[in-house]
Amino acid sequence: MSTQTATGRFGRFGGRYVPETLVPALLELEEAYSAARADPTFDAEVARVLREFVGRPTTLTPARRLTEAWGGAQVWLKREDLAHTGAHKINNTVGQVLLARRMGKKRIIAETGAGQHGVATATACALFGLPCEVFMGALDVERQALNVFRMRALGAVVRPVESGSRTLKDAMNEAMRSWVSQVSDTHYVIGSAAGPHPYPTVVRDFQSIIGKELRAQAMAAFGRLPDAIVACVGGGSNAIGVLHPFIGDAGVRLIGVEAGGHGLDSGQHGASLTLGTEGVLHGSRSLVLQDADGQIQEAHSISAGLDYPGVGPELAHLAKTGRMEVRTATDDEALAAFYEVARMEGILPALETSHAFARGRELARELGAGKHLVINCSGRGDKDVATISARGVPPAVGVKA
Amino acid sequence: MSGEIAKAFARAKARGEGALVAYAMAGDPDLPRSVDVFTALVEGGADVVEVGVAFSDPIADGPVIQGAAERALKAGSTLKRVLDEVVPEVRRRCPETPLVIMTYVNVIMAFGEERFAKLARERGVAGAILPDLPPEESADLRATFDAAGVDLVPLCAPTTPRARAEAIARDARGFVYCVSVAGVTGMRAELPPDLSQRLDLVRAAAPVPVVAGFGISTAEQARTLSAHADGVVVGSALVRAAHADGPAAARALCAELKRGLKR
Ligand SMILES: Cc1ncc(COP(=O)(O)O)c(C=O)c1O
Repeated sequence: MSTQTATGRFGRFGGRYVPETLVPALLELEEAYSAARADPTFDAEVARVLREFVGRPTTLTPARRLTEAWGGAQVWLKREDLAHTGAHKINNTVGQVLLARRMGKKRIIAETGAGQHGVATATACALFGLPCEVFMGALDVERQALNVFRMRALGAVVRPVESGSRTLKDAMNEAMRSWVSQVSDTHYVIGSAAGPHPYPTVVRDFQSIIGKELRAQAMAAFGRLPDAIVACVGGGSNAIGVLHPFIGDAGVRLIGVEAGGHGLDSGQHGASLTLGTEGVLHGSRSLVLQDADGQIQEAHSISAGLDYPGVGPELAHLAKTGRMEVRTATDDEALAAFYEVARMEGILPALETSHAFARGRELARELGAGKHLVINCSGRGDKDVATISARGVPPAVGVKA
Repeated sequence: MSGEIAKAFARAKARGEGALVAYAMAGDPDLPRSVDVFTALVEGGADVVEVGVAFSDPIADGPVIQGAAERALKAGSTLKRVLDEVVPEVRRRCPETPLVIMTYVNVIMAFGEERFAKLARERGVAGAILPDLPPEESADLRATFDAAGVDLVPLCAPTTPRARAEAIARDARGFVYCVSVAGVTGMRAELPPDLSQRLDLVRAAAPVPVVAGFGISTAEQARTLSAHADGVVVGSALVRAAHADGPAAARALCAELKRGLKR
């Protein structure tokens, strides 16, 4: 067909499985995005906002006490938790909202799980004066009250979604349905490197600032590339952002950590790379948690941001081809890691990030002394303190977490 | 091509009527009772029946059909059971009426594309509508369906530019499903003013019948549209009627819609 375009595949994964109503908007976005990338003033503006407003570059912090305690590789933290609004999500929302403004869109919608992407979208919208509506699963509205307040304070409308599991996947369904109805003047800011083409590419490009900075910072700090980089994987935006610039560097091990929830054999987890099968969810073909009849299963994780039964198509491809190693961490392991990092390094990591930390000790040991392990600190844990404190009082000092 | 769909449209046309394509959800409220709903649609005058197969994450559907899908899944509806328990029984009761499966691409992928096409044809399914499968993604599946004799019906939207709409129409199987409103399924009080022009344009390019769907719930809307389309699709209004008042209510609504479609 003459109107056929490249459909954004990563191996078998990716594509554009959406209602026809949305296809022209995705074609428009694809075109506007390539035009923007070809225009140096766009990149310059994104870079300016990241520097002036977001606080980039974020630092690369040596984790000295963890390094000592784990007794292996030198551990470094890429500090996305220090970015404005407290997570990597802002890198993407600033880029997409600038793109939407360039496209003349009048309003912005988004979905959110942990609320970090919602806050980051609301923030970018406040900064550029665009109205913003955020769809959020009703369960997540309950467990992420702080972020709901932040979004509303920033002027966004938060729409609780009552359907299905009342979490991120349902928020994304509702955002897509809303977008279908108002596609002409609305831009949908997807929060992870998932969704229909070109979103996985757009989000990856905006998040790749993490890995690009890390390359330069690693050279400056220890004179070579890291031996391994580890990131938590929900939809996968922080992971693809930090890992993508290293895909061609065979000597750098790339590791993604998924939500093991109550354990892989409990049926309650968010491990779509580990246990998912090929399917189509939210507009792309990837690895998804589904039953034999193709019904999407509810994911579970203590962290709302990893509570998603799908994963971005590029990560699915990297996992299937073996370029990225995939591990999991359970809720309990993530909680233990939260306290360990808090006490060892003076950082309260997000529960999502705590999953990456939970695999840190074994990775540091596997690598061994003299090697460099970077953990992507995707966000800070303030939003999670209610969830964590609901599990009981913090273990006493001196008691192993 | 099954040919069956074309015949059904031709029969309606010969009677001086626009065709009624009627949708209901298989398994709502359970599998056997949904057979009664499908039968009632045909008794009410439906020319083509769309058999909805529930999906957990229906991004093209509004609250009414979404609710029906949730009920169907709770009642244990699966594509396999719909093909085994619903389709054959509806075919037995209404042998003249073509059945078209409407579901999402993941349900077909999980079942296996070839396995679906073959079994669907065996059981008497004439076509399939997959609202999340745009032309760019449908080439392989369409070839599989073509080989089995199942028509993969394409959709055209209000946002579809003219050249693209004409290309979709030229290449269509079964019929062209023109989505009347930019939005999800569900009843609308008003339909967009440019809809008739879009229908004319698609109809001029299509070698198969053209229907308008999404948002249509009244005989009056059906009458207005049937001047520009070969038929209309009605879904949410029928699903709601069947859910609230049972098969007889869906039958009555079909009959009323058919009166609107008389030319
Ligand atoms: C701090 C943090 N890390 C990670 C994630 C997971 O998302 P992704 O896998 O797209 O980075 C989230 C999502 O909300 C988050 O807030």
